[in-house]
Amino acid sequence: MIEHLEQVPHQFYWLFGSLLLLLTVSSLVGAWLRGRPADEKKVASRANLVARINSWWAMVAILAVAFLAGSTVTLVLFALASFFALREFVTLTPSRPGDRLPLSLSFFVVLPLQFVLIGLERYGLFVVFIPVWAFLLLPSIAAMRSDVEDFLSRSAKQQWGLMVTVYALSHAPALLMLPLPGGPGRGALLLFYLLLVVQMSDVMQYVFGKLLGKTKIAPVVSPSKTVEGFVGGGIAAVLIGAAMWWITPFTPLQSAAMSAVIVIMGFFGGLTLSAVKRSLGAKDWGVMIEGHGGMLDRTDSICFAAPVFFHVVRFFFT
Amino acid sequence: MMRPSSTLLVGVVKLLVGAYARWIGTTPGTRQRIYFANHTSHIDTLAIWSALPRSLRSRTRPVAARDYWGSGLRRYIATRALGAVLIDRSHQDPSVDPLDPLREALRQGDSLIIFPEGTRGTHAIPARFRTGLYKLAGEFLSVELIPVYLDNLHRALPKGTNLPVPMVCTVRFGAPLKRLDSEVRDEFLERARNAVIALSDASPGT
Repeated sequence: MIEHLEQVPHQFYWLFGSLLLLLTVSSLVGAWLRGRPADEKKVASRANLVARINSWWAMVAILAVAFLAGSTVTLVLFALASFFALREFVTLTPSRPGDRLPLSLSFFVVLPLQFVLIGLERYGLFVVFIPVWAFLLLPSIAAMRSDVEDFLSRSAKQQWGLMVTVYALSHAPALLMLPLPGGPGRGALLLFYLLLVVQMSDVMQYVFGKLLGKTKIAPVVSPSKTVEGFVGGGIAAVLIGAAMWWITPFTPLQSAAMSAVIVIMGFFGGLTLSAVKRSLGAKDWGVMIEGHGGMLDRTDSICFAAPVFFHVVRFFFT
Repeated sequence: MMRPSSTLLVGVVKLLVGAYARWIGTTPGTRQRIYFANHTSHIDTLAIWSALPRSLRSRTRPVAARDYWGSGLRRYIATRALGAVLIDRSHQDPSVDPLDPLREALRQGDSLIIFPEGTRGTHAIPARFRTGLYKLAGEFLSVELIPVYLDNLHRALPKGTNLPVPMVCTVRFGAPLKRLDSEVRDEFLERARNAVIALSDASPGT
């Protein structure tokens, strides 16, 4: 434990110190606002604000524990997130009795192994395990059941579920195994950077959309996404990301470019998974988080941003 | 009363199927109740039990068939972790009423979870109800009768397999079933069944 803590870069403490300060101030402002008289609409939006601040507290607390306790805890947390996301995907996807074994294997063998491979730092197997091995073997098992009804569509949907909820999402904790300059602990900061920019982008797009939103980008797929919200929120998130360059191997300008990649891919993730969700006939992926839909509603941006961010960093910085 | 084994069991059930409670027609309360639900999976009992608030679980006892839950690990889970009431489905001795253990539990003030179909079905809509619910409803007039609908569990662990596929399941609690004086047995049972079916289309929202 002590040995492990010595590997935590000093930036980590600065980062969490500032976050704790920021959250404390936010909570105090929230408490002060709630104490003031207001009409019903304002009370509701203030309650919403307090709820958002509280969920940030929870997120920072979980991250702090994960980072200080080491990469195993981080991997377990992400594996659980993957599990819940895959569970939502499978619930909304029609399946037949012949799919039970491949589905069960996806949850109890493929998913854990994908995260174990990260823990063992087996990059070569990690990148091909689901796109090659699972892709070829799971439909083969289903085919042995001789049920050809909708076979291609069933196999394709299951592979899609695995690719998005397990393969793509696992690229976020996979940042921990990158041999970055500056030694161990750098990957953890990069993971935090990714999550921070994705979250900021979501929040800022929501805020800018509420304030200025007029022109809808894709009214059928995602009614809340507007050009004004995306541009305003995106620029804000890129600026925040650029200002965080000191926890990354990037220069401020590189950091802005990296944040732009994360913002754009996150946006595509939200849009594409919303289209998938609607094609399966649902409005929310699940009911797990009261008032916030399911796990996939929360992680759709990360699923698309993580693999691209991972490979850009790996290509240019290792 | 809450044992570590039941806490572990609830954790596993929540991980596999979620078992998210939706209180549609009533709220959780300490009043004595009979929860009656559709039955498609071995997880059903555990799902309802896990969906109840922790404080109500120790006084809510699932009714389980002795021929399946009566031995080995299953017996340990049923009797030690859940405090289940075991019921004899075989009717070997005509002088013994299989409902007696249920009456005993109700007299002690416990709530019950029962599956009036008597056995697991394979469809989303429950089959015909058997008479046990009618008898208990007539004998224990102060006990509330709460219809419960379990969705998706016939996909998570259906009859005929031991291979679970994790699946999000909601447990929907409906409004207490009223007792009507003029009603005969079959009408009551059909009304009870329809109360469960009505919940299958209820909005899964909060």
